[in-house]
Amino acid sequence: MINTQDVLETISMIRQENLDIRTITMGISLWDCVSEDTDRLCQRIYDKITKKAEHLVETGAGIEKKYGIPIVNKRVSVTPVSLIGGAATPEGYLKIAHTLQRAADEVGINFIGGFSALVQKGMTPGARNMIEVIPEALAQTRNVCSSVNVASTKAGINMDAIAMMGKAIKRAAYLTKDQNSIGCAKLVVFSNVPEDNPFMAGAFCGIGEPDVAINVGVSGPGVVASAIKRAGDCNLSELADVIKKTAFKITRVGQLVASEAAQALDVPFGIIDLSLAPTPAVGDSVAYILEEMGLESCGAHGTTAALAMLNDAVKKGGVMASSHVGGLSGAFIPVSEDAGMIAAVERGALSIEKLEAMTAVCSVGLDMIAIPGDTPEEVIDGIIADEIAIGVVNTKTTAVRVIPAYGKTVGDSVDFGGLLGRAPIMDLKSYSPAKFIRRGGRIPAPIQSLKN
Amino acid sequence: MKAVITVTGKDTVGIIADVANVCAKYNANILDITQSVLGEYFAMIMLADIKGLNIEFSVFVDLLTELGENRGLVIHTMHEDIFNTMHHI
Repeated sequence: MINTQDVLETISMIRQENLDIRTITMGISLWDCVSEDTDRLCQRIYDKITKKAEHLVETGAGIEKKYGIPIVNKRVSVTPVSLIGGAATPEGYLKIAHTLQRAADEVGINFIGGFSALVQKGMTPGARNMIEVIPEALAQTRNVCSSVNVASTKAGINMDAIAMMGKAIKRAAYLTKDQNSIGCAKLVVFSNVPEDNPFMAGAFCGIGEPDVAINVGVSGPGVVASAIKRAGDCNLSELADVIKKTAFKITRVGQLVASEAAQALDVPFGIIDLSLAPTPAVGDSVAYILEEMGLESCGAHGTTAALAMLNDAVKKGGVMASSHVGGLSGAFIPVSEDAGMIAAVERGALSIEKLEAMTAVCSVGLDMIAIPGDTPEEVIDGIIADEIAIGVVNTKTTAVRVIPAYGKTVGDSVDFGGLLGRAPIMDLKSYSPAKFIRRGGRIPAPIQSLKN
Repeated sequence: MKAVITVTGKDTVGIIADVANVCAKYNANILDITQSVLGEYFAMIMLADIKGLNIEFSVFVDLLTELGENRGLVIHTMHEDIFNTMHHI
């Protein structure tokens, strides 16, 4: 029997504490679209996406109505384009990006991910051609997202690829300078990239994935923050339990929505991603959770420990609530998308170095961080290399999504609007890593024993 | 298949009647009502069987939301599964 208290708690989570399903992402394999003729490839890609995802948006809307819970995004992720593009020329890859945009427009989704390459060990000519046109692809499309995996714990770090990414990020910033360099917000550089991630900009449908699958990303930082507030003056063992219980409830809703969507679309259920994904809305912030745990400001000494506990408790609670967990699964700490993070940066409490330390204990990396527009590309390469090294050595996913906002400097901020939010420009070290970066080559895979 | 209808807002005459009318019109069978008035505020949770609903559930949800808006109330109509899933193992 339904209990009054449970009904009120659920409604309050959704209405007051911003509980939502962040995304239903349909992974679509494009392997069967492969053709040596780029036009035929593009036609097959368009046909497959528009057929498989034809009812995705209306199905999502129906579930929203049925359970009274917002499903913020309906998205599609596809097989990394560099793999199915094969021998395509750079122009051919650009054509594929436009095809993805046309397909996204046709089915009404708000992002399509998979303009991606996996180059952790080396680069095929196809991957090189695709990476070369990433800036143009991002500037000429609205909803296409791109990601490049440049390292893994087993392969080491491809520094040549990182150098290409620094260049690509700078160029994407320039080509979208009239829109606050928004191109960079759709581009992520990864280490140990997951193949079933439903979150953008890093989503793609990995090579071991089925033909089509439904992956769901839940959210709910506001719900966790409120639960911690209600818990009052308890110790950290008790607090971890409060977080676990809340994460369980949040994830159960994700599981319900995922099963329902999979059934309605007659597509297998893939995974639930347990990430705590913030939004710029007041109260829907991971930084506020850390502050509710007892830090004066996010960024204070103690932040990494608090985040480590939060991230672990969210996973422990979520794992039992879902039949399959995957994707990124952890707390996100994007600066621009989190009102508490923005405030912490603006009051001088949170620096990029502290953010980097935080990424060692949580998902997923240096995310949505605006940096001065005149940052040299080698410095961006250095930021990427540092962050990727944390992932490679710790056998976890890390990523970098920085925006060198064209024409902006420390003290300015850039506003992307919507879920992408507003980012104050962060200060960087001015010393150059150029000589180190220009050496190129690969940093060997790290030893997996002697762990100190 | 059951729906949970929650109604909150300033108490006035005929709230339950209006909600019950919509349920009756579209063949939703009311199974249970919990209701209280705190000061001038009204709060009600209604459980209704929607097996025999003669319109789409999403339209039924919209009609109740609209009724709430017209009367200055907040009405949420949700399938019971969300509560069962969230609060029961």
